[in-house]
Amino acid sequence: MTDAINRRRKIQNTVWLTLTGVASLLVVVPLILIFYHLISSGAGALNVAFFTRLPAPVGETGGGMANALLGTAQLVFYAGLFGIPIAVAVGVFMAEAGRTRFGSFVRLVADVMNGIPSIVVGIFVWAWVVVAMGGFSLLAGAIALAVMLIPMVARTTEEMVRLVPKELREGGQALGFTRWRTTLGIVLPAAKSGILTGVLVALARIAGETAPLLFTAFGNPFWEWRLNEPVASLPLLIYQYAISPYDDWHRQAWAASLVLIGLVLVVNVLARSIFKNPYRSR
Amino acid sequence: MKEELRKLAGPAAFVFLLAGCWSSDTPGDAAAGGETAEGAAGQVTLTGAGATFPYPIYSRWFSLYSESNPVRVNYQSIGSGGGIRQMIEGTVDFGATDAPLTDEDLASIPGTLSIPTVLGAVVVTYNLPELTTPLQLDGETTAAIFLGEIANWQDPRIAALNPGVTLPEQDIIPVHRSDGSGTTYVFTDYLTAVSPVFTSRVGRGNAVSWPTGLGARGNEGVTGQVRQTPGSVGYVEQVYARQNDLPMASIRNAAGEFVAPGIEATTAAAVGIEARIPENNDFRLSIVNAGGPGAYPIASWTYLLISPHMEDCARATALLELVEWALMEGEGDAVALGYAPLTMEIRVRAMNALKVVTCGPENRPVIDPAETFGGIEWPSRSFGALFPKDAGGQSG
Amino acid sequence: MASRAETTPGGAPPAAPKKSLRALVPSRARGNLADQVYGTLLQGCGLILPLLFGFMILQIGREAWFAVSTFGGGFVTSSSWNPVSGEFGALPFIYGTIVSSFLALAIAVPLSVGLAIFLTELAPLWLARPIAFATELLAAIPSVVYGLWGIFVLVPFLRSTIQEPLSEALGGVIPFFAGPAYGFSILSGAVIISIMIVPFISAVAREVLEAVPRDQREAALALGATRWEMTWHVALPYALPGIIGGSILGLGRALGETMAVTMVIGNRPDIPVSLFAPGYTMASVLANEFAEATGDLYLSALMEIALILFGITLVVNVLAQLLVWRVSKRGGQA
Repeated sequence: MTDAINRRRKIQNTVWLTLTGVASLLVVVPLILIFYHLISSGAGALNVAFFTRLPAPVGETGGGMANALLGTAQLVFYAGLFGIPIAVAVGVFMAEAGRTRFGSFVRLVADVMNGIPSIVVGIFVWAWVVVAMGGFSLLAGAIALAVMLIPMVARTTEEMVRLVPKELREGGQALGFTRWRTTLGIVLPAAKSGILTGVLVALARIAGETAPLLFTAFGNPFWEWRLNEPVASLPLLIYQYAISPYDDWHRQAWAASLVLIGLVLVVNVLARSIFKNPYRSR
Repeated sequence: MKEELRKLAGPAAFVFLLAGCWSSDTPGDAAAGGETAEGAAGQVTLTGAGATFPYPIYSRWFSLYSESNPVRVNYQSIGSGGGIRQMIEGTVDFGATDAPLTDEDLASIPGTLSIPTVLGAVVVTYNLPELTTPLQLDGETTAAIFLGEIANWQDPRIAALNPGVTLPEQDIIPVHRSDGSGTTYVFTDYLTAVSPVFTSRVGRGNAVSWPTGLGARGNEGVTGQVRQTPGSVGYVEQVYARQNDLPMASIRNAAGEFVAPGIEATTAAAVGIEARIPENNDFRLSIVNAGGPGAYPIASWTYLLISPHMEDCARATALLELVEWALMEGEGDAVALGYAPLTMEIRVRAMNALKVVTCGPENRPVIDPAETFGGIEWPSRSFGALFPKDAGGQSG
Repeated sequence: MASRAETTPGGAPPAAPKKSLRALVPSRARGNLADQVYGTLLQGCGLILPLLFGFMILQIGREAWFAVSTFGGGFVTSSSWNPVSGEFGALPFIYGTIVSSFLALAIAVPLSVGLAIFLTELAPLWLARPIAFATELLAAIPSVVYGLWGIFVLVPFLRSTIQEPLSEALGGVIPFFAGPAYGFSILSGAVIISIMIVPFISAVAREVLEAVPRDQREAALALGATRWEMTWHVALPYALPGIIGGSILGLGRALGETMAVTMVIGNRPDIPVSLFAPGYTMASVLANEFAEATGDLYLSALMEIALILFGITLVVNVLAQLLVWRVSKRGGQA
């Protein structure tokens, strides 16, 4: 009798554990499929024209996404410019005041803000900036991306600052440093590689955001440097081209996606190489 | 690695900041006299938004024009509803719509001119690769399809209109616009004219409540969906169907003949429209359900929305010169794509209507009131040569 | 060094008031002024996020007020979305959002937990690392790229492999499978969301599974349990609160997903029973119709939808945070 039960248990064991393997396969398969299509459909369109030419009129082939590449770079740059200082300051606050009620509250707000749908952020910035400025603009798009960036980087900054061992702090205080000098002069520099990692990863994430840009940056078929004019961006063009009927546009959309993903990959690898945590006891 | 990044960051930041702060041509930049300094090398940038119906020709026009003139036009095709809305919000220099402004909308932007630019047609396109000849449909059947009353391609009502054609046994998947669309307006304008059931159940408008089917964004989106979905049927501007080699149904017009979409058929639909334009040049007119010989029943022209007063004279001048070029010399490009040209009389009247536009704080007229207009005529006979495939399908 | 600690930060404050202030402070606490300034500045920085958040609610709420006062509670129960007649009801979008998100959760949670178990219990290191990396990569793919892939790969696949056969075979019997095989449907939306939230749920699941104390596991195995029995009866129950928290976090993300969903869900403001029919989510209608809502009521109605979406994700996220916080307080994490 026990043999029968044990046999059944063994079979159950094998079945369920195999199922977990199947689950893992099911998760990895879409990734492989996505990359397969990115490369097979997109690599072919990654030619010089793609990187250097402006979009062609509707229905014509031969255009490129040069201005969208620049536009995304600008959006990310300005978003970082506005957002990173604020985020780091908030992160330091959360790390220092983390145990107080106010600090925990701010942390909750940051986590909640990380979960706000990006389209809602876009609508908020539309109501605030676009309406006030009287038009769509690079600035509005950058602000929308900054609003998404700040809670992300604030949290990672907090975690990195927390990771700095308290011996360093105590060493500073033993030497007579006041609190602010300890934080700014010892703790922050010690945490800086971790903070940089968090910043890079967040910048890569916002580079791919589309929804916040729909009603802020709006789009532009030309080169644009000015802050108060609409600007093109890679994700917006991918969206526009993907839902269109033109094969040439589809190919360009795949190519642009490949570029975006390549960027994200590069940043993630970079982040890992920068942040070799000497403090983690793993 | 880190060091290299840091070295790059500085110069990159410097370049961006410098470029971003160097701003000329800011909107609403009203220096004395209403004349603003034009941007680098006299560049004027215009922003426009609206209809997807004319987007192929607008993007072509703006690209051509900027090659030999220092004017850049940033036109975003977000649908007629979007064009009207952005005009009301004042975020663009001009709008574009196929749906005429309602009196309500006009009340928010009083005096806005609706200037026709080209004639186009809304075609019923479908994804049935088995069919070798275009489908024939009439108004009531089309309405029934989009109402969901006809759910299969083998329905007897469709078969009756297409004798001798083997229709596939397949579900019909209608595709409509999910955004505020002038194309929807024109299509529903036609359907409400020919089907009382459609009028009571759906009605006419930019954004109506469709009983069934998929929603897609822009003419581009509907065309894309129809291409992707077997058995689907959608309504798009003619040029989109042509550019993507999609079949177009021949629709039975008010005179009883099945008319295939084409430039001549569109032009035939607009015959006599000049007489209907009132003295005050209010161009908001409908030409659907036309009954003349060879007239395609779902045709319309499309409008540019231009404000009667613009603060920035450089932009106002640039815009109106662009419109003049497009109307007087650009109709050929429209024809090459598949739109039908406006007659010279309409084009001249449109330019004359623009004479009321003023600019700057002293309200000076942009166009000299004494100016006269002339350009290239487009005789309607020669279109067959441009689109030889049409010659076979046309009846009349 | 010590003398520099005595100078105050930032700029050149006027000498006279400085002196008297410093005179009040006992010499050994002289650095305190700088610290106080620093402390106050930092507290000020702390206010930034709550202020921004409050500002967000204010802006959207203000714009939505017109619709709120016009439609009242009927807004969330009415299913007519008719810009022509001015009737707006959010029910179809709430329905679409909830159905697609929960269906996505139903698909994603078993997959994520299975993946987590596989990675913590079974997989050798040479396999676990790449799979873990691959899962993280899934999280890094932008939503619009998922949408692109969805349109050209997922939707045709679902249409021909799942929807057509199922609707032909079972469509008459099971209303969830009825109707034509649109392809662009609630099912496609749910599947694509599920792929997108798996990385988040599985990351949390892995962490809590790894945190199960070794002695608990080993005790079960020592008593003769098979690996699976140990996982099911010991590890999973221990990890359950965390997994639930992670799932709710995944739900929060699912509710707010915009681009990928808009591109594959069919964009029809309807309340279909069939999963194969097109639907509409709150985020999608905002993306599609916001730029062109003419008329104040239309715009305000959309703003109200934004507010509702905001509210729902807020509640879900706070819930998830509290759960995860409670789990970590329980002593799970180092």
